[in-house]
Formats: sequence, C-alpha cells, structure tokens
Amino acid sequence: MIPLPYLIGLSAIVFAIGVIGVLVRRNALVIFMSIELMLNAANLAFVSFAAHMKSLDGQIFVFFVMTVAAAEVAIGLAIIVHLFRLRESVFVDEIHLLKG
Amino acid sequence: MLELFFGFAALLVVTSLLVVLHKNPVTSALFLVLAFSSLAGIYLLLNAEFLGMVQIIVYAGAIMVLFLFVIMYLNLQHDVETGLQIAVRRGIGWLTGVAALLTAALLIRRGWALGPANEQLPEAAAGNVGALGRTLFSRYLFPFEITSILLLVAMVGVIIIARGRTKTAGEGA
Repeated sequence: MIPLPYLIGLSAIVFAIGVIGVLVRRNALVIFMSIELMLNAANLAFVSFAAHMKSLDGQIFVFFVMTVAAAEVAIGLAIIVHLFRLRESVFVDEIHLLKG
Repeated sequence: MLELFFGFAALLVVTSLLVVLHKNPVTSALFLVLAFSSLAGIYLLLNAEFLGMVQIIVYAGAIMVLFLFVIMYLNLQHDVETGLQIAVRRGIGWLTGVAALLTAALLIRRGWALGPANEQLPEAAAGNVGALGRTLFSRYLFPFEITSILLLVAMVGVIIIARGRTKTAGEGA
C-alpha cells in the first residue's frame, strides 16, 4: 500500500501547479488545461482516500467530477471559439468586455 | 510498488510543469495527455482499475482530442520551420513507423497476441468493476441520473454558444 501522505502530497503539488498555470499564463486554452490539472489533483485525492478507507464512495465521486469536467471543457471551448471569432484573440488580457 | 508510484509521480509532476511552462499550446496539450496517463497508472496502483481505464479513455482520449481540435481550429501561431526541423521530424516519423511495423510483424508471427508472461493468472484478478457498478446504480442512482441532465444541458449550451449570433426577426427589422 502506498502511504497516504505521499499521495496527498502529490495531489497538493499537482493542484499547486494548476493554480500557478491559471495565474501565470494568459492563453485561455492553457488556463483551461491548468483547470483540468486541478480537477485531476482533486480526483487523485478522492481515489487515494477511497483506497485507504476501503470504500468505493470516493471512486464514485471521481466519476461525477469527470462528467463535470467534460461538460466544463465542452462549454469552455465553445466560449473560447466564440470569443476568438469576436476578438481574433485567445489571450485573456486582451479581452475585457465587462470592464466599462 | 512504491518504486512504480515514485516513477509515475515524478512523470506526473514533470509533465504538469511542462504543461504550464511550455510556450506552444499544442505541446502543452500533448504533455497533458502524458500527465493524465501517468495519473491513470497511479489509479491502477491504488486498485481503481476501472477509473484508470476511464481516465485514459475520457481524459487522454476524448477531452484532449477536443482541446487539440480547438487549438488547431484557431490556428494560434504560424510557426516557421527550418529545413533541419523538418528533416528531424521526418526522421522521427520514419523511426516510429518502422517500430510500429516491426511490432505488427512480431504480433502476427505470434498469432496476434504476445500471450501472458506467466501461464497461470494469480488469484483475485477480478477487479472492482462489478462492485463499483452496483454502488453507482443503487446508492448513487439519483446523482447518476442528474448527471445525464447535466450533460444534456452542456450539449445544448455548447450548440447555442458555438453557433454564434444569428439574425432574429426582431433584430433584422
């Protein structure tokens, strides 16, 4: 059995990398990929706790997270495509439609 | 087992860093595929076989194809390639093709299957797919059905958003 602290540590590291990606990058597509990384880090935490508590509920939640991730990616990419048609750019600092 | 875990963990951390730090979004997406695959390996080590497979099929397959499709559709940068880069790429392509051909030849010679390394399978190789399915369709049936509505809403939303603005009757007049 892999010790739980290692798994949670790995999950935290991947989540932190995802946060850094969202904050540092300006390409909307790469920001979306970083969000996927964060969701996967949460999934890893779910699976490792499920394995250590000998319970399947954690794995069920991973299913739901995957579904939400799929829906989120589909809608997010549609928004990006639409923004690109409107603005010819996917860099988030060039898009400030809501700023008055 | 711990060595395998450390290998997958190192691969996961390095590839996620490369996803965030690499300039080219296509390369980032391909590194993300590698990160998801190593995460699937960790799932396998944690006795979550079905989730490992779903991770590869859904994330590394479907979601990343969607990403790459959108990146190439938007065609973000027109990168100029020198002759050397093209030559290197062609070389790698030929090498990969030859390797795939050799593998295929080997598989055909051995009757389409490499066969199990040890003839007798160890005990209790059933996995947790059955138990997972029973839990999903009994205790979590209602959330499961809600999920289908979520996917339907997402699908309709994507079609509406991606179609863009069309002229309605009121706008045109």
